[in-house]
Amino acid sequence: MAEIVLDKVTKRYPDGALAVQEVNLEIADGEFIILVGPSGCGKSTTLNMIAGLEDITDGELRIGGQRVNEKAPKDRDIAMVFQSYALYPHMTVKENMAFPLRLAKVDNATVEKKVKEAAEILDLSQHLERKPSNLSGGQRQRVAMGRAIVRSPKAFLMDEPLSNLDAKLRVQMRTSVSRLQKQLGTTTVYVTHDQTEAMTLGDRVVVMRGGVVQQIGAPQFLYDQPANLFVAGFIGSPSMNFVPATLENGALRSVIGDVTLTDRIRRLVESADAPREVILGIRPEHFEDAAIVEPAKLSAGGKFTSHVDVLESMGSDKYAYFNLTGEQAASAELQELAADAGSDDVPGDGISLVTRLSSASGAVEGEPADIWFDADKVQLFDPSSGKNLTYTER
Amino acid sequence: MAGISGAETKAKRIGWGLLNTVAVIYALVPVLWIVSLSFKSSATLTDGNFIPREWSFDNYRNIFATTEFIRALVNSIGIAVIATAIAVVFGTMAAYAIARLDFPGKRLLVGISLLIAMFPQISLVSPLFDIERALGLFDTWPGLILPYITFALPLAIYTLSAFFREIPWELEKAAKMDGATPAQAFQKVIAPLAAPGVFTTAILVFIFCWNDFLFAITLTSTEASRTVPAALSFFTGSSQFEDPAGSIAAAAVVITIPIILFVLFFQRRIVAGLTSGAVKG
Repeated sequence: MAEIVLDKVTKRYPDGALAVQEVNLEIADGEFIILVGPSGCGKSTTLNMIAGLEDITDGELRIGGQRVNEKAPKDRDIAMVFQSYALYPHMTVKENMAFPLRLAKVDNATVEKKVKEAAEILDLSQHLERKPSNLSGGQRQRVAMGRAIVRSPKAFLMDEPLSNLDAKLRVQMRTSVSRLQKQLGTTTVYVTHDQTEAMTLGDRVVVMRGGVVQQIGAPQFLYDQPANLFVAGFIGSPSMNFVPATLENGALRSVIGDVTLTDRIRRLVESADAPREVILGIRPEHFEDAAIVEPAKLSAGGKFTSHVDVLESMGSDKYAYFNLTGEQAASAELQELAADAGSDDVPGDGISLVTRLSSASGAVEGEPADIWFDADKVQLFDPSSGKNLTYTER
Repeated sequence: MAGISGAETKAKRIGWGLLNTVAVIYALVPVLWIVSLSFKSSATLTDGNFIPREWSFDNYRNIFATTEFIRALVNSIGIAVIATAIAVVFGTMAAYAIARLDFPGKRLLVGISLLIAMFPQISLVSPLFDIERALGLFDTWPGLILPYITFALPLAIYTLSAFFREIPWELEKAAKMDGATPAQAFQKVIAPLAAPGVFTTAILVFIFCWNDFLFAITLTSTEASRTVPAALSFFTGSSQFEDPAGSIAAAAVVITIPIILFVLFFQRRIVAGLTSGAVKG
């Protein structure tokens, strides 16, 4: 067990492509940290550099206080779980799990004992003599985990270990990965492109984009205080709504209604030296059906009326989708997010809006509805730099 | 319904069975004919009977009575084994590099080896004859081993790189993460998985070297290096009026035996789909 420190770690490929740029990250002993981002953001490269499978071009990597840049993977004492599991097909489950111990020349009795322990933790005891080809996806995944935990390494590295499982099993394995990590208390670096996994698993989340770290923080903090448009749009499902807006004399004008800025936001906007044209970001849950908002709160927010495009009732809440006329909020980061989600070529003019309303709402599909939003929950972003103008370090 | 489909499958089975029988007979009759010839005495050689009237081992006795055939057999085995070993070792290394690494000139290398494989060998015979005589390789073991390796390598590289490509690269990374040195990773993970490919290639290369007649007849002149296929053509009867067909047939049967043994021995190792279950797919 050890802490892992990345000090300005950079990866540049021979063809000049910059995959990872000056990543600074201190992972505490026993911490569960998630690297998340769309494909090609450098998260897997970062993990491979920690593993030693890829060279570090620049910067320093320390594990347990020791520089390990030049060390081969086998000398770093870390275990890795691969997306494809990478089980050795010619070995049984038992031999697979014993492999790292055999290489380390551990005596037979200890190997037996450790494999047995790991198999019990992972519920694999009855499959020890089987070959990987006879196992289900979930079982293979557990064997891969078993191979990592048998030798009690300093750290676990996991490269999208759950992405090959079907949805239901993934949720189930997510909990068991989390429980296992708590139980073993081993430093873990986990790579995923799935923001739900990032939110639910990690002590801290590192959001990456184009090889650059965007923000590091606890999941809830990233959700509440995204540092920029990219993090705001990436974290959260359904994702944050973005609408172009204008700041004018302490008021915020946009297609979803004009509001006076609250004192808190006004102060933040002033100190951030905000431009006139901004992008307004607001999460679906900060909307409500105006008809059921208390009158006292009603004035502390904005209001708009529009036809409900689609209404999805979840039982506990209702998701109402709107399509408002107007220009979409434009920024490079939002475009990248849309491209990653595959929605960049979905036809549709105007601004689409997702709102989460209380189940008591009387909104009806195809009928106009009055929608209110909380003025204190809006986040304002600079369209050119993408910076969050209302960001506070809490 | 069941009756109809049962009849249908039965008809189908008979159809396929017939087709298979025809194919097997077509392939085996010449072989059996040679076997039959080898057991006939020179007097009954041309009597046209498929099954010899009287079984005679004279032909076998004759070919083993002279050093000509035994010497040729030794040459054949030695040359084929050495050429196979070298071609498979180099082929394995080259195929591994082609399957795993990106290096400048990779496509060129693959292209050239394909070119060699497709080159008509007959056109190389006279230049090779001159070159080998100038170098003193003519009528020596290396004089045959070298060209065999040249033509076997493309075959080996092609077969083996296909096998290596099937082995997921992540297995090697996993082995490294599990604490293996590159050599250990190759020895304990890659080699066992590539074994079927290596054995398949070895069989193909061995058969190629074993069966070659063209180089064997042009690049040898004495018993020092003449292999069996070439030696067969020098067989004569016990007198110049006697037809050596019986002896040739017996020799042909004898040289088929190592091939059959070789294939049977390695066949067990050729297990297709050994890599299944390594990665999701």
